[in-house]
Amino acid sequence: MNSSEKTTDSYYRSLTRNIVLIIVGVSVVPLILITLTIRHFSQTSYQDKVIEHLQVLNKKHKQNIDSFLRERLADITVMKDSYTLDQLANNDFLKEKLQSLQKNSSDALVDLGIVNDQGIQIAYAGPYDLKRAHYAEAPWFKEAIQQPSYISDVFPGLRGIPHFIVAVRGSDNGRQWLLRATVDFDKFNSLVENIRIGETGFAFILNKKGEFQTKPRTEVPPLKDPYLNFLSPDTRDNEQEGIVSNSQVDGKGVIHVMSRLKNGDWVLAFQQTESDAYKALYLVRTVSVLIFFVGVIGIIVVAVLLSKRLVKRIRQADQEKEMMTEKFIEAGKLASVGELAAGIAHEINNPVAVMLEEAGWMQDLITDAGPESIPMVDEFQRSLAQIKAQGVRCKQITHKLLSFARKTDPIPKKVNVNDITREAISLCEQRVRSGSVKIQAQFADGLPTIRVSPSEAQQIFINLINNAIDAIEPKGGAVKISTRQEGDFLVVDVADNGPGIPSYVLPRIFDPFFTTKPVGKGTGLGLSICYGIVKKLGGDISVNTAEGMGTTFHVKFPIPKAREEKTGH
Amino acid sequence: MITTKLLMIDDEESFVSALSKRLALRDIEVVPAHSGQEGLNKLDEDPSIEVVLLDVKMPGMDGIETLRLIKGAHPIAEVIMLTGHATFETAIDGMKLGAFDYLMKPCEIDELTTKLDAARKRHQEHLDKILEATGKQLRGQRAR
Repeated sequence: MNSSEKTTDSYYRSLTRNIVLIIVGVSVVPLILITLTIRHFSQTSYQDKVIEHLQVLNKKHKQNIDSFLRERLADITVMKDSYTLDQLANNDFLKEKLQSLQKNSSDALVDLGIVNDQGIQIAYAGPYDLKRAHYAEAPWFKEAIQQPSYISDVFPGLRGIPHFIVAVRGSDNGRQWLLRATVDFDKFNSLVENIRIGETGFAFILNKKGEFQTKPRTEVPPLKDPYLNFLSPDTRDNEQEGIVSNSQVDGKGVIHVMSRLKNGDWVLAFQQTESDAYKALYLVRTVSVLIFFVGVIGIIVVAVLLSKRLVKRIRQADQEKEMMTEKFIEAGKLASVGELAAGIAHEINNPVAVMLEEAGWMQDLITDAGPESIPMVDEFQRSLAQIKAQGVRCKQITHKLLSFARKTDPIPKKVNVNDITREAISLCEQRVRSGSVKIQAQFADGLPTIRVSPSEAQQIFINLINNAIDAIEPKGGAVKISTRQEGDFLVVDVADNGPGIPSYVLPRIFDPFFTTKPVGKGTGLGLSICYGIVKKLGGDISVNTAEGMGTTFHVKFPIPKAREEKTGH
Repeated sequence: MITTKLLMIDDEESFVSALSKRLALRDIEVVPAHSGQEGLNKLDEDPSIEVVLLDVKMPGMDGIETLRLIKGAHPIAEVIMLTGHATFETAIDGMKLGAFDYLMKPCEIDELTTKLDAARKRHQEHLDKILEATGKQLRGQRAR
């Protein structure tokens, strides 16, 4: 591989690379943008949807829990308002009331008790033996006695299991007493415990101290800050419900949804890991990433294959163009050489004519004066004859040069190739009459006519036949001329059985002034004239030769299409 | 020997002078002219010129144009075209315009003299016919 091929190779390689980059760039960049945009918007809207859903859920449950607590409070408030302390202090009465309450509220209340202002439970109905229990020191009592109604945090209390109480304050002759009821912790817990979202989502209730008011389903992460912040007095005025905050737990995003319960004493919290909440989104994301990469790989493969094919075609086209350019250069070379030759021939022709006339004049003078009177007359005669002979040789050369460039009757006519060829043969036959050369003609019948200038066509055949005769002349042989039709072309073959054209000569035979004949025999213009004429007609001239096997020239003339022929006449 | 009077129109002066000397040896009197216009003038001046040797390719007025003018003014002057190879077709055109023959330059002296002789003979025939016709006319006038 030479260096120019290397450079063209690298040119086509970089062309391929550029096309691939352009195709990939143009298709992948919008793909990336679209994917990112869609991904962003779908993610945002999906997250909004999920959070909104969680907020609605949270709100609904908050209302449920609030109404549960309100109902329990209402139960005992009605009881306190309906009956006197004396009635309620009766254990049996209280038991009866408890049973009816439990019936109405589906066992949400575990027990009932009446506590006097000393903190002593004076009456009790329920499964535990808590009559005469002293609550004076219990924190709930201290608070409850201050307020008309009260709901406590969850505490183990005397019974040792977590529970909480609701209490209303009544007064009897200026003495405060409390009607308290214990809420079934399991019942209350189930309100919250059953709230489950996805795999990791669950709900729980915290009080201000960060203590669980329900049994959390799973271990709640240590960070309770968001909830405590939410409940802190600073944000209390802020009426916002369902605040969502995201935090990181063990490297995982967690969503918190919160709302206040019990006048802001408790917080109902939802907690779910992001990966769970956005599970569907992540699935879509994974699938879209997969599709994206498959698409990109597809684009790259197609781009590479496509541009390779494209560049292959471009390369072919370039090569064809190069060949065409070479042919044009060849034709241009012929034309300019022709013009040059014509100019030179014309300029030389006149001086040669003068020289010949002067030589003739000298000969005339010798003849006139009588050859005997001139010393060395023989030498003069010989010299003049030589001048004349060389002058004639010059004349022949200039005439051939002029015929190379001159515009012979260029008007194309409808001609029969056989007729033209026959004429050319008859013109050349004078040369072979004496020699041992035979000319054989083999014409096909019924050939279509072609449109050429008869004089030009004849020039071609005379040149070719003369060349053929020259090739076989010393030894003798045969020149075979045949005509035939080959597709859209008429072909005339001029074959000889001479020595053939040596391969080192072959590439140059159509070059102007190239000749293998001895000096004075050939001008080297015959074949280039033929070449020029045939190419001008849109035909072709080619040669088959092998050393020792003879040479065949094929001249191809295009057959005019029927329609063109009609308009031509 | 009959002398031929020849008008030679060629812009190549050395050619004209060399050829003139040779033709003079062969009993041909040459009137030289170096352009078409000069040739026409000489023809007007000298009615005894029988044959014109006319170069086709000349600067200014070319051979064909000169020929047309000669044939217009002197229809019985015989014209031989002298041509380089490149103007071969033009010489043929000249013959269509009434030139007697054409010759390729450089030419063989014998060929030239032969053609000149033939041209002179034809000119003479034309002249004789004209004279005869004039004679008849004259005789007819006398008879009346």
